[in-house]
Parts: sequence; structure tokens; C-alpha cells
Amino acid sequence: MVENLFAWDGRMIAMDAGRATKPRELEPAAGSGTPPNRRRPRLWAIRGTLSSKTYAAIAVLGIALPFLLWIGLLSLGAVPKLFMPAPIEVVGRFANWVTNEGFAADLWISVQRVTLGFALSLAIALPLGLLCGTFKPCEAFLEPAFDFVRYMPAVAFVPLMLLWCGIGEASKVSVIFIGTFFQMLLMFADDVRRVPMQQIEAAQTMGATSREILFRVILPSSAPALLTTSRVTLGWAWTYLVVAEMVAANSGIGYAILKAQRFLQTDKIFAGLIVIGLIGLLQDQFMRALRAVLFPYLKGR
Amino acid sequence: MTKGLSVQNLTKAFGETRVLDDVSFVIEPGEFVTIVGASGCGKSTLLRILAGLEFSDAGSVTCSSHPIEGPGVERAMVFQDYSLFPWLSVMDNVLFSRRLSTNEDDNLALERGAEEARAQNLLSLIGLSKVKSAYPSQLSGGMRQRVAIARALMSKPAVLLMDEPFGALDAQTREVMQDLVLDVVREEGTTIVFVTHDVEEAIYLGSRVVLMAPYPGRIDSIYDVALPSPRTDDIRLEPKFMELKRRITSRVRETAAASFDGADPSSSS
Repeated sequence: MVENLFAWDGRMIAMDAGRATKPRELEPAAGSGTPPNRRRPRLWAIRGTLSSKTYAAIAVLGIALPFLLWIGLLSLGAVPKLFMPAPIEVVGRFANWVTNEGFAADLWISVQRVTLGFALSLAIALPLGLLCGTFKPCEAFLEPAFDFVRYMPAVAFVPLMLLWCGIGEASKVSVIFIGTFFQMLLMFADDVRRVPMQQIEAAQTMGATSREILFRVILPSSAPALLTTSRVTLGWAWTYLVVAEMVAANSGIGYAILKAQRFLQTDKIFAGLIVIGLIGLLQDQFMRALRAVLFPYLKGR
Repeated sequence: MTKGLSVQNLTKAFGETRVLDDVSFVIEPGEFVTIVGASGCGKSTLLRILAGLEFSDAGSVTCSSHPIEGPGVERAMVFQDYSLFPWLSVMDNVLFSRRLSTNEDDNLALERGAEEARAQNLLSLIGLSKVKSAYPSQLSGGMRQRVAIARALMSKPAVLLMDEPFGALDAQTREVMQDLVLDVVREEGTTIVFVTHDVEEAIYLGSRVVLMAPYPGRIDSIYDVALPSPRTDDIRLEPKFMELKRRITSRVRETAAASFDGADPSSSS
């Protein structure tokens, strides 16, 4: 870049010498009391920015407030303990769940079901999504049909899956599959369609075959979007897991929550919900880290 | 039949609109031809047909006497923007065409080292050898277009098709890039078809300027640019250059205005 900038600068200097005008000094602003054109950053500026300190402070406030509200309601005696246990009781119950009530087994079986259902869905939706987003006949064959199926609530498939697969693992995995697969395929196809046509045509003019364009241009180009879609649908997989476990299971976190309700163990329900939230948070962080590792060229964007 | 590019009676319509109406011309090997015209004159469509990305309804197009039936390595293309692969480094972008199965048995692919050396040469020719391991997102718009040019030249194409390659760049970068393209052409001897909407750019770069008129898209006139080469920046201020620019610019305006009235613009000049 540098050598060319010099060339251009050289011309600018020559032009200035020809004209030989000196820039007039700016007149001082009328009235010496004019405030400088500078403003402290406003908190409520549209699309404004925050210092990282202020951001952290507000974030802590947002997380702490529900807990404060929770404690406040309890100490006022506004809610019966039966319906809303104290945080300390939730922690105690969780410790008990871990030591005596087989939390590890519940967590393990739930993670297994989600992983299996999600992996199955991913393994079929990814190649089909690539094909649908690339080849019109595939799109025409699958997408209108899938658009129809995806509006059927996955929850409504639970009774059918019970009839077909019994109360074994297959029924839970299939509910998770149904809940994620159809959406995933349509979203993958959209991700693939968003690959810039210029990239594809550039590869064509360089002599790439259809196969090479699919695997060396379309797949790597859409990969970051595909990962984001996977992250979103993994969240849904957890939702359908809990649904499946509440309807037909004798193990897992969803089942534990349902059982706790039968025994009026509100503290365990709270513990179960918080655990699911934390798992989601962990997963999200993991996927973000994966993105940074897999796609270093997206750094800072 | 020519060793270069030949277009005979080319016609193409998108629905009711005729974008190309009986277009014929010949481009000799090593020529630098620029195409200008008001929007809707079909200049980009014509270029895409030459690239094999688009097909005509009637007429024939040949490159080195072979009919063009699709994209081919002997006709490389540089797009306006967004054509680099963001997940590949500058070097890997330039080497992309060499990693494809169709090009493996070319004479160029005899040795691995020879390809790397050529990529290295191209990168120094465009002044980017220092950033060969950077990703496209880390480069400015002008630098990205340089990489696109190097990538297109990698497989030694007979013809380089450029579709408003500097249209998204600012005026200063654009002039720097124009000189760069002239340097590259001198070095590589590639035949160039260059589409632009900038008349000054067309005259500065081209040995011939093809002016196309819209609705229906057709060749209106062809201007020989009788200016000395190698071109330097000062040429833009020469009376001959400015006179030609004035003539072509006003003709572009006439053809655009005529297309609004539906009159036949060829009768006015």
C-alpha cells in the first residue's frame, strides 16, 4: 500500500504548489462562551455504547434483582413456603439430590437422550440442508412438505411416539428428533442459500466441479451460520427432552422435576430448573468457544 | 475465426426485455477492450456470457475458435466484490484454482514448488507479498480486489474478464488500481475485457472502448484510443484524452436519454 500512497501524495503536493493558496485560519467562534462540541456519552443514546465497567455493573444488577425479589417476597411472608422455598433450601435440596437422590444418573441419562436425538437430527439435516440450499429439485421435493410438518407441535407427537416406540429410550429420542429436525433442515437450507453467488461463480470460472463447489465453497462458506443454527436448535432439544421426560419416563431431570411436583418438593423443582438453565449456559459458552477455534478468520466480528 | 474472442449476432432476452440485440465484435489476443454504457445496456450480461456463467438465446461466442459452453479456466473473471473466500488466507485464495481436480494435469502443476513460486510472484506484482497469510477481512477493499486479480491470473488464463472491478472503491484507490492493472497486463500479456461505467477509466485502460446502448442492449459505437502506452497519470490531462472523454460521455448520455423516449438514438449523431 505504502508505495502507492506516496505516489498519490506526490501529486497532491504538486497541485498545492500550483495553486499556492494557504488555508485561511478559521475564525474564532462568535462569543467565547460557546461550549466545545463535545458531549459525555449518554446512557440512553440510541445504539449507544457502555464502558465495560458500567456494563458489568448493570449485568450484575439484572442477575441479582430476581434473587433479591425472591428473598424479599419470602421475608415479607407474602408467599407460602410450600410454593416458594428459600434459596438456602434449594441449595440444600440440590446437595441432597446430588448425594442421595442420584442427580448424576438423572443428568447422565438426560444428556444422553439430548445428545442422541440432536446428533441424529444433525446427521440427517446437515446433508439434506446442503442439498436443499444448493439444488432446486431437492428444495422443491422437501421444503414444502417439511414446512407443513414443522407446524405440527412436537409435543403432540408424544402420544404417537409412545404408541409406536413404547416407553423406552426410543420414544424420548424420537420426540427430540421431531422437535429439532424439521426446523433444523429448513434453517440449514437458508444458511446455505445465503452463500454469496460471487463466491460460487468465482469458483466456477476457476474450473471447479459441482462437487468441489459444494465441499470447497458452499460448505466452508456457510459453516459459521450452520454452527449458529446448531447452537439454537440444541437449546430446543433440551426443551423437548424435558417435555418427553415429563410425559413418559422414570429417569432424567425432567422426570425428577415432575416427581418433585407430586411430592410438593418445590425446592427440588427450583433446583431442577436452575440446573437446566446452567447446562444451557455452559453449552452456549462451549459453542462460542468452538466458533472461535473453528473460524479464526471471524475474529472481531 | 480469431485466436481471441469472437461474438457473432448475439441475442439474449430476460422475459420481455431484450438485454442483447444482435451484438457482434472480435477481440484479438492481447487486446485491452473496455465496455461502457448506460445502465441496462447489457454490458455485464455480455461479460457473463463470455465467462460462460450465462447463455445467449441466439448467436455464437467463441474463445480461441472453440465455442463457449460454460465456465472455463482459460477465461478468468474478476467480480466487483465479495468473491474472495473469507475462510482462506490471501495465499490460499490465490492458490485455490490450483487445488481443483480439473487443473491438476495442467503443465503448471508439474511441481508443487512451481505453483507456490508463481503465487509468490503474482503477490509481489500486486504488492501484497507481505500480507500473504492475512485473511481477506483484514484487508482494505482495494487490497481485496488485488487479491482477486492475482487469484484470477494464477492459472494463466488467455482472457481476463473484469466486471466493474473497481466500482466499489474510492476515487484515489481506483486510480492506483488502474495503473496496477496496466502493469499486470504488460507483465502477463493477458487479453482483457473490462466493463465499467466510468468513461475516464475506460479510456485510460483500453486500447478500444466499446460503447453500448440500452433498451435493447446493443453496440452503439467503438472508439480506438490513439494514446501512447505505457499510459501514465498525466495522460488524463491531455487535450486528446479530454476530447475523447467528452465525446464518449455525451454519447452515453444521448443513448440513455433516447431509451427513455423510445426514439432511435443512432439517427441523432
